[in-house]
Amino acid sequence: MSDSTAIVNGAPAEAHAHPPYQRHHFESMGQQVDATSFAMWLFLLTEVMFFGGLFTAYLIYRNWYYPAFVAGSHQLSILWGTLNTAVLITSSFTMAMGVWCAETRRKGALVLCLTLTFLLGLVFLGIKTIEYGEKIEKHHVPGFHYSVQSFVNPQSDEAAKSYGDKPLPLDMARHTEVYFSLYFAMTGMHALHMIIGIAILAFMIVRARAGAYTTGHITFVENFGLYWHFVDIIWIFLFPLLYLISRHG
Amino acid sequence: MSERHDPHLSKHDQLLHDLHDNLEHVVPPKVYIAVGVVLLTLTGLTVAASYFEMGVFNPIVALFIAVVKATIVVLFFMHVKYSSKLTKLTVAGGVFTFLVLVGMTLADYFTRAWGRW
Repeated sequence: MSDSTAIVNGAPAEAHAHPPYQRHHFESMGQQVDATSFAMWLFLLTEVMFFGGLFTAYLIYRNWYYPAFVAGSHQLSILWGTLNTAVLITSSFTMAMGVWCAETRRKGALVLCLTLTFLLGLVFLGIKTIEYGEKIEKHHVPGFHYSVQSFVNPQSDEAAKSYGDKPLPLDMARHTEVYFSLYFAMTGMHALHMIIGIAILAFMIVRARAGAYTTGHITFVENFGLYWHFVDIIWIFLFPLLYLISRHG
Repeated sequence: MSERHDPHLSKHDQLLHDLHDNLEHVVPPKVYIAVGVVLLTLTGLTVAASYFEMGVFNPIVALFIAVVKATIVVLFFMHVKYSSKLTKLTVAGGVFTFLVLVGMTLADYFTRAWGRW
């Protein structure tokens, strides 16, 4: 298996006795697979720490400005949030099936799974766009045009009225801007990860159609799957924290 | 590696075949389907639970269900259940470090300067 002896003109094929996709600095395919998967997990851990900072900030501010966070959270649509969670979990399922298709060398099914994952990712972003649009219309985007109308006068706001919100004093109402800052930071960073994932999926669909991942070398599909599932896990925590836990403030 | 040598395969193909069998634990689709159904069910459950007023238990129940869902995704979709000890240790070490960092930070913020922010 030594690389130095393997490349000899006219030597029979078996002289070069390792798969063509095994890098020469690895002793064996097992070592290469272990090393790449270890590296992918280390990358994901840095991502966990990155999102962990946002989650921690959210928990601290929620503790400090609790009434503002409750009122802010009442502005989110449970229906859209639940639908998006279902869409994302389904996309994780199609991605997992994609890995299985690559492992068992089913080219057509792999292309189908990657395409479904790609489309479900777009559906998620589409629903997110609708939700962001509602925030823009109601001036709930932090900045110069931010409006505390829904919070100092909940009777004027459909969503706040449906929860029976009491008017917040102006200083607390202003802190709803912190809630929406964190809402946009967290869902925005999550959406950015989705956009990057969708771009990589488009690349993978083209490569998969050319048969790139159905010859036994599935590292790229496998590791992209890890990334996609990680993005799913972030949403699994964002959904209850932003949408669900503050309903009965 | 050598028990199942097929004389019709070249040495090279046999090697690929062995490598494939030995490196990848192929998780069957029925596991993925079951995991997908469980995840969607838990999503429905956590939404339903949010409609009941349980005081301090609302966030506890919601986060507990989220942790269960994340664990299922990590173990099955991300293959950690079938992975090497190195991967398991990496994931466990990451979760532990994350909990220490977040836990210590929250403990600090929640136990001082009450009413002075």
